Amino acid sequence: MSATTAHAAGAHAPHRDDVGSKMGMWLFLFTELILFGGLFIVYAVYRFQHPEGFRLGAVELDTLVGTVNTIILLTSSLTIAMSITALQQGRKHLSLALIGTTLLFAAAFLVNKYFEWGHKFEIGLYPGSPQLTGKPQGEILYFGLYYVMTGLHALHVIIGMAVLAAVMLFVARGSVNKDSYVKLEAGGLYWHLVDIIWIFLFPLFYLIH
Amino acid sequence: MATATIAHAGGTDFYHEGARKGILGWILSTDHKRIGLLYLGGMVVFFLTAMTFGFLMRLELLTPGRTIMDPQTYNTLFTLHGVIMIFLFIIPGLPAVFGNFMLPIMIGAKDVFFPRLNLLSWWLYIVGGLVALVGLFLPGGATDTGWTFYVPYSIRSTTNVLPALLGAFILGFSSILTGLNFITTIHRMRVKGMGWFDMPLFSWSLYATGWIQVLATPIVGITLLLVAIERWFGVGIFDPNLGGDPVLYQHLFWIYSHPAVYIMVLPGLGAISEIIPVFARRTIFGYRFIAFSSIAIALFGSLVWAHHMFTVGMSGTGMFIFSLLTFLVSIPSAIKVFNWVATLYKGSIALEPPMLFALSFLVQFSIGGFTGLMLGALALNIHVQDTYFVVAHFHYVMFGGMGFAFFAAMHYWFPKMFARMPARRPAVASWLLATIGFNMLYFPMFILGYMGMPRRYYDYLPQYATLHQISTVGSWILVAGLLIMVYNLVTSAFRGRRVTERNPWGGQTLEWTVPTPPPLENFDTEPAFTHGPYDYSRYEAPKEARP
Repeated sequence: MSATTAHAAGAHAPHRDDVGSKMGMWLFLFTELILFGGLFIVYAVYRFQHPEGFRLGAVELDTLVGTVNTIILLTSSLTIAMSITALQQGRKHLSLALIGTTLLFAAAFLVNKYFEWGHKFEIGLYPGSPQLTGKPQGEILYFGLYYVMTGLHALHVIIGMAVLAAVMLFVARGSVNKDSYVKLEAGGLYWHLVDIIWIFLFPLFYLIH
Repeated sequence: MATATIAHAGGTDFYHEGARKGILGWILSTDHKRIGLLYLGGMVVFFLTAMTFGFLMRLELLTPGRTIMDPQTYNTLFTLHGVIMIFLFIIPGLPAVFGNFMLPIMIGAKDVFFPRLNLLSWWLYIVGGLVALVGLFLPGGATDTGWTFYVPYSIRSTTNVLPALLGAFILGFSSILTGLNFITTIHRMRVKGMGWFDMPLFSWSLYATGWIQVLATPIVGITLLLVAIERWFGVGIFDPNLGGDPVLYQHLFWIYSHPAVYIMVLPGLGAISEIIPVFARRTIFGYRFIAFSSIAIALFGSLVWAHHMFTVGMSGTGMFIFSLLTFLVSIPSAIKVFNWVATLYKGSIALEPPMLFALSFLVQFSIGGFTGLMLGALALNIHVQDTYFVVAHFHYVMFGGMGFAFFAAMHYWFPKMFARMPARRPAVASWLLATIGFNMLYFPMFILGYMGMPRRYYDYLPQYATLHQISTVGSWILVAGLLIMVYNLVTSAFRGRRVTERNPWGGQTLEWTVPTPPPLENFDTEPAFTHGPYDYSRYEAPKEARP
């Protein structure tokens, strides 16, 4: 929500200054990185305190699902970057199609995530469940962080989708166009942020055993 | 607001211009000046609320044992006093009110860079404030954890901790958006010809503050959110029963909350840097030192957080390093104080109300700073940790420092904002009462803390009674002074002497070149950068050489 307002407001400033608008967006992305940075600190400290519990937790995750989701997100970053180039070249329909593709990838990521979480709930691995509470403390913390961090990331995917959908509407209407595309760029930056955070989450939860 | 009585009837100023009329014209306005006044309105309400809570706490402490309330009420009151004062008054304080109103004018801009985002910040501020306080009216009562929300108690307390956590989170968002907006504004919207070192020092302090807001606030945001998630869903994060580490919470909390101290005080220091040259008729001494010391404070201030935690069982090396860094952060603050004093030296000092508050600030901020050094010393810290000494120290910095700087700024910029002069005699009376009351309220706490009185206690031993009573009497004097000040400012805004000239105090910064009150986009002629912000060479030249 704040991301849309961030760059939407820029366009309504008394003057047009794309460099400044992008600067505001970058500052906002810093805050997002640091928001997750706090979680990475918590992860690092607990991993150090409970190496065995974290290993046991990581074994429970399906690396294949994680890998597929990583590929999906990386490809979606490519399509959104391509949509910006397409718009710069004045190919509006191609740009729209590429933003649409990005949204489809994002939805596919969430569907995957839904089934992954759903499976964990089925086998009783959710916060407060008798099965999880009976496990070693390190594993309880591992799953606590797993749900919080991937959950917060999924929330960012949803926010990113809303941002991109809004920008797509602007492109379709023509208010974001060949000569004024800073909103699409800002939306793209936000999407890359969603991507890069996942690039860190993936090895931390799925790959390190 | 009854705008017509404040500004000139029918004039073309920001009180009359605007797309919408009436209340909607204010709460939906993206004009930085209106937003500044909106913040001011909210802040007065929140400040008076928290002041009342503090007043009641002091009243309870008049005698040992029960005086007027039960212990649970007392716990709630000190928590809400802290939460409101910190998140709703001190942190947004000067940037939200005077930063919003003055920053664009000072650098020759028509508005902030993201005007709509600016309005969103205000809305988040109001919503966050209401959410934080809603616990008062829910069954179970308002939170009683202290404003620090330390785990594990904040996970187990049966009071309404959740609304306070979420409120603080929303307020953090509001603070981030303001900081982001100001940084971009300062980078991109300075008037042609105004370089970085031609900016008024208030803008420099807002710039440093903006960076702390952007870089530190998200950490506390996520930390408070984690506690909320833990309470809500029982996810194991900080709860030691589930393997969590409460000390980790404290680290994360102070990684933000110590830099936040500088979010609170830096804009105040900036306002003082504006006021002192104007009322001493002197070019500010050491402009670049003051400008860079703001940046240095922001930098060092981010590296000292664990000095709040010397007694939790850190390693000796850790304690040593954090103590050393704490000493270092006092250097840039001291640089500022020295430069202000050097500016006053041989100045022709006019003891107008803004200057009086600024002088009180100088003394009180110095006492707060020195006692901060004492607390940074490991040997002493172990003894006075969590005592009234700490309470006295941070009130001297926060209230004696930032609070008095806010009052000084209020009186200083009042004529530009309301086109009326604050009445002088009640202003001086309120300054005198507030200064006497403040010192009488908080100085005994240094002694109490040194004698061993723990903070946040509802009850105390008989030997502490005399000092507690002096302190409580001080609170009456202080509250009297504050009430006179608020009353004086409110009545002056509507009935004070009209100000029509642009520059009633003789300031040299750009806000004194625009009409009073300023028009919608601030400048009636294109702003131009002609001289530095503190050019008093006209006054400093030998008498015979003066024009």
